[in-house]
Amino acid sequence: MSKEWPLWEIFIRSQHGLAHKHVGSLHAPDAEMAVNNARDVYTRRNEGVSIWVVKASDIVASSPGDKTALFEPANSKVYRHPTFFPMPEEVKNL
Amino acid sequence: MANDKFTNDKFNYLLRLGDTALVLSQQLSKWCGKGPALEEDMALTNVALDLIGQARMWLSYAAEIEGAGRDEDQLAFLRDAHQFRNFLLVEQPNGNYADTLVRQFFFDAWHYFYLGALKQSSDQRIAEIAEKSLKEVTYHLRRSGDLVVRLGDGTELSRSKVQTAVNALWPYTGEMFKADALDDAMTAVGIAPDPASLRAAWLDHVAEIFAEATLTMPAPDAWMQKGGKQGVHTEHLGYLLAEMQFLQRAYPGAQW
Repeated sequence: MSKEWPLWEIFIRSQHGLAHKHVGSLHAPDAEMAVNNARDVYTRRNEGVSIWVVKASDIVASSPGDKTALFEPANSKVYRHPTFFPMPEEVKNL
Repeated sequence: MANDKFTNDKFNYLLRLGDTALVLSQQLSKWCGKGPALEEDMALTNVALDLIGQARMWLSYAAEIEGAGRDEDQLAFLRDAHQFRNFLLVEQPNGNYADTLVRQFFFDAWHYFYLGALKQSSDQRIAEIAEKSLKEVTYHLRRSGDLVVRLGDGTELSRSKVQTAVNALWPYTGEMFKADALDDAMTAVGIAPDPASLRAAWLDHVAEIFAEATLTMPAPDAWMQKGGKQGVHTEHLGYLLAEMQFLQRAYPGAQW
């Protein structure tokens, strides 16, 4: 077994009503300590109201080689972008 | 120096709280940039910052009570070791990480229960500082307890280092619960809790964490060191102050 602590990906919600956002990663021996470490590393300047930690090895990522197949077809379909609706000023985080 | 006894007692009582936070903060600051992992480095320096904030609140209040025209900085930087009133526990050397951690855990557990009782202080300013500090200390205790469990119930090597630190630091824990005449004077007017009244809760909490950490708890009635609260210190405090106070001693009043 490796002597290194496993890597955790950290997600912070900066205020109520917003989604958790990936802010970085860190090392910790287990989930509970990962939350503690995330508090100390990523919320020292009042950044958050909630923390999620996910083991980096549990994240399944798309492969960079699939970029063309996955994302390029969307480029030519401008009608899918809801850019034609005027948004009220007050709705900032939609 | 204030001449009536009560004012003088209260001044010295506030020094105990302020000096203990100040000395421990200075100790933890020494880990800055040298922690065993980035995460631990930042966590310890966060605690050091919390403690320096608390030390400032206690020492500014002490300076006001004294009414001799001194401020928090003069109290921190221009007193000698025998005028410091911190616990012996917090001036013990950083040692290895287990030594630092166990010292922190013993202190955090005391701090947590003590501040919880101090929130009921008849002195409103003290009650307010206690309430503000308790929020920080609740996290300190959670963190140091969690780490004691992980290192105690970790590898054979980490367990033996933590157990060695526990045995070495145990005799310095008694002072936190042993009342002297000054504590009695504060308890009598409702300013402070009786330190002995917190001992059972502290022992329970330490026993609970040690059981989870597979550590052996030393005998609660073992022989205990004392003297820090009265200004009789171990040799370590002098070196610590020499480093901490050098700038203000060499360049009095220096600011930047």
